[in-house]
Amino acid sequence: MNLAQFLTIFISAVFVYNVILSRFLGLCSFIAISKQTKPALAMSLAVMFVTTMSSIITWLIYRFLLVPFNLAYLRTISFILVIATFVQFVEMVIRKISPPMYRFFGIYLPLITVNCAVLGVAVLNIDMFFINGKAVAMSFYYSAFQGICVGLGYTLAMLLMSGIRERLELCNVPKAVKDFPLGFVIAAIMSLSFLGFNGFKF
Amino acid sequence: MKRLFNEFLKGIIKENPTFVLLLGLCPTLAVSVTVINGIGMGIAATFVLLGSNIIIAMIKNTIPERVRIPCYIVVIATFVTIAELLMKAYSPALNRALGIYVPLIVVNCIVLGRAEAYASKNSVKNSFLDGLGMGVGFTLALILISSIREFLGAGKLMGQTIIKGFEPAFVLGMPSGALLLIGLLLGFFNVLKNRKT
Amino acid sequence: MKDRLIVSASPHLHKKESVSRIMWLVVASLIPAGAAGVFIFGTGALWVIILGVVSAIAAEAILQLFTKRKVSVLDGSAVITGLLLAYNLPPKVPFWLPIVGSFFAIAIGKQIFGGLGQNIFNPALVGRVFLMASWPKYMTTFTQPLRAGAGFTNPLNYDAVTSATPLAALKEGKLLEHISYLDLFLGKRGGCIGEVCILALLLGAIFLLIRGYISWHIPTTYILTVGLFTYIFGQKGLFTGDWLFHILSGGLILGAFFMATDYVTSPLTCKGQIFFGVGCGLITAIIRLWGGYPEGASYAILMMNAATPIIDRYTKIRVYGTK
Repeated sequence: MNLAQFLTIFISAVFVYNVILSRFLGLCSFIAISKQTKPALAMSLAVMFVTTMSSIITWLIYRFLLVPFNLAYLRTISFILVIATFVQFVEMVIRKISPPMYRFFGIYLPLITVNCAVLGVAVLNIDMFFINGKAVAMSFYYSAFQGICVGLGYTLAMLLMSGIRERLELCNVPKAVKDFPLGFVIAAIMSLSFLGFNGFKF
Repeated sequence: MKRLFNEFLKGIIKENPTFVLLLGLCPTLAVSVTVINGIGMGIAATFVLLGSNIIIAMIKNTIPERVRIPCYIVVIATFVTIAELLMKAYSPALNRALGIYVPLIVVNCIVLGRAEAYASKNSVKNSFLDGLGMGVGFTLALILISSIREFLGAGKLMGQTIIKGFEPAFVLGMPSGALLLIGLLLGFFNVLKNRKT
Repeated sequence: MKDRLIVSASPHLHKKESVSRIMWLVVASLIPAGAAGVFIFGTGALWVIILGVVSAIAAEAILQLFTKRKVSVLDGSAVITGLLLAYNLPPKVPFWLPIVGSFFAIAIGKQIFGGLGQNIFNPALVGRVFLMASWPKYMTTFTQPLRAGAGFTNPLNYDAVTSATPLAALKEGKLLEHISYLDLFLGKRGGCIGEVCILALLLGAIFLLIRGYISWHIPTTYILTVGLFTYIFGQKGLFTGDWLFHILSGGLILGAFFMATDYVTSPLTCKGQIFFGVGCGLITAIIRLWGGYPEGASYAILMMNAATPIIDRYTKIRVYGTK
């Protein structure tokens, strides 16, 4: 049980290679939904759930279906189908179990399908934890854990950004940069500050 | 004829996918480090956009509504895989430079967005023009951003050094610099827009 | 007139001093550190400071004219930003570096948010981080002290000028046998202009603390956290770290007393401030010990700046009569 590797995955997925502020995946929803904290947290929770589950499912598909039958080139299509189906499934389940929550999520849930972070982490797991088609030791656990951590990193970025933008609502920002342009600038400064974690070696 | 031309033109300025619709930002920022990469990604995305718009416009009436998103995804993913394989075969250097962002064209909001908002509701001809316009608009945006980034961030343009002794600001070659640049460009375009009204 | 009727975010002041007066007093408290830096590194450092301050003032004036707002350069806040940015630079940088840095600090660190009191991030640090990312070569080329009192012999005998700060040497694993704590305290070392002379910095900081212009919560928790963390994890074994070295090196004292304490970008409540200080300390220590950079104070403070709105939100003082 290589604790250091798990810690490295955690630090790198949440901070050093934060999915939004370093890898730039999931930007569209990040800029669009981070104006208020409640929706931002709702979206983050949903995203974390989807990244975790799809990390698991795509790993299983890659390991037991694609690689043994030499279908690795179908990775993109199969992964994205898994994700789209999964999001559709989650949507149906939530609608059944808790209609208020389903209404609360609104369009956020289907939008997760096109959230680059989800496909991004699935592909990343394969790139990181498979060598020449063979899974490295503990590959499954690392992948699943990375799915969770990417979700956490997304949540962290969303939480920080929504706090900042809610605060800026009280300020008189120059009209030309209100909302989106300033959102980008804030994201830029945040990602510059996260550069401090570069070269991290535990 | 003018109307058809407008369908094409709107993707370039009035409804530019990058600067107005704010779509496809992820690949934009990551890929626009050099002009060559920007053009490469633009062409690949345009290819996928054209293919998916045409096919989806053709089959739009035969897809049941409940499963339309997975169906669109299948079509888009097919074209992305074709683009990926073509790139791997004929331009491996470009493929390596673009990295995971080639398969990520599948979730490029522009492609799915146009499929959902346009190709599913319009004729094949119009969808073709829309796809072409959006693709060109996207490519032009990529060229604008990447030329600034390459010049100020690496002191080069198309791989050639322009001014001797110019100290480039490396931050522009980084994603942070890209975010900053897009924010400032958006602000600049807003200033222009406010001046007009 | 309209400005007086708008309720703004911090700083909220209840004393008879105005924002402007406090700003200028902070400038005064920063002067000893700058003077020490110039004494230690020579007149080149003075030029960096002058360029930094003048550019900051010019940038603010230009931008405020351009956006048709009141030109407020006389309130001293631009001067503080220019000073702090210059203090965070190595003594021998190209003349355009502090100019570009100050412009960026004022424009992107402050004015784009709407000006004084509305920025989220410390403008000087925004400028510094921008410069660091853009021209790393210039930002990490340090020079040895020119003179720092009689009997000074250069303790760090390196040919490569880039490893000329104690923290950088530590990061590369070189043992520091010849530099004493007194050297660190007085500033007989390589480093940024305003960060090396701890004595001068403390003089200014104590003045601010006594007069109550900065509260003790943030600097104390920040420095204590760094000390504790580096003591526990600093060396190969546990509880063997050289905490005094870490506290006296790098930009920690400068950052803890003059940048992390900035009213606008730090939390409002004491509880929040303690959390802020601890957070800064943890991140600084982690970067110093395990990150790629030798010093992490700037990044740590900026990250905690980003967290400040959320910290404020969750440490809100309960208004009497509400839940």
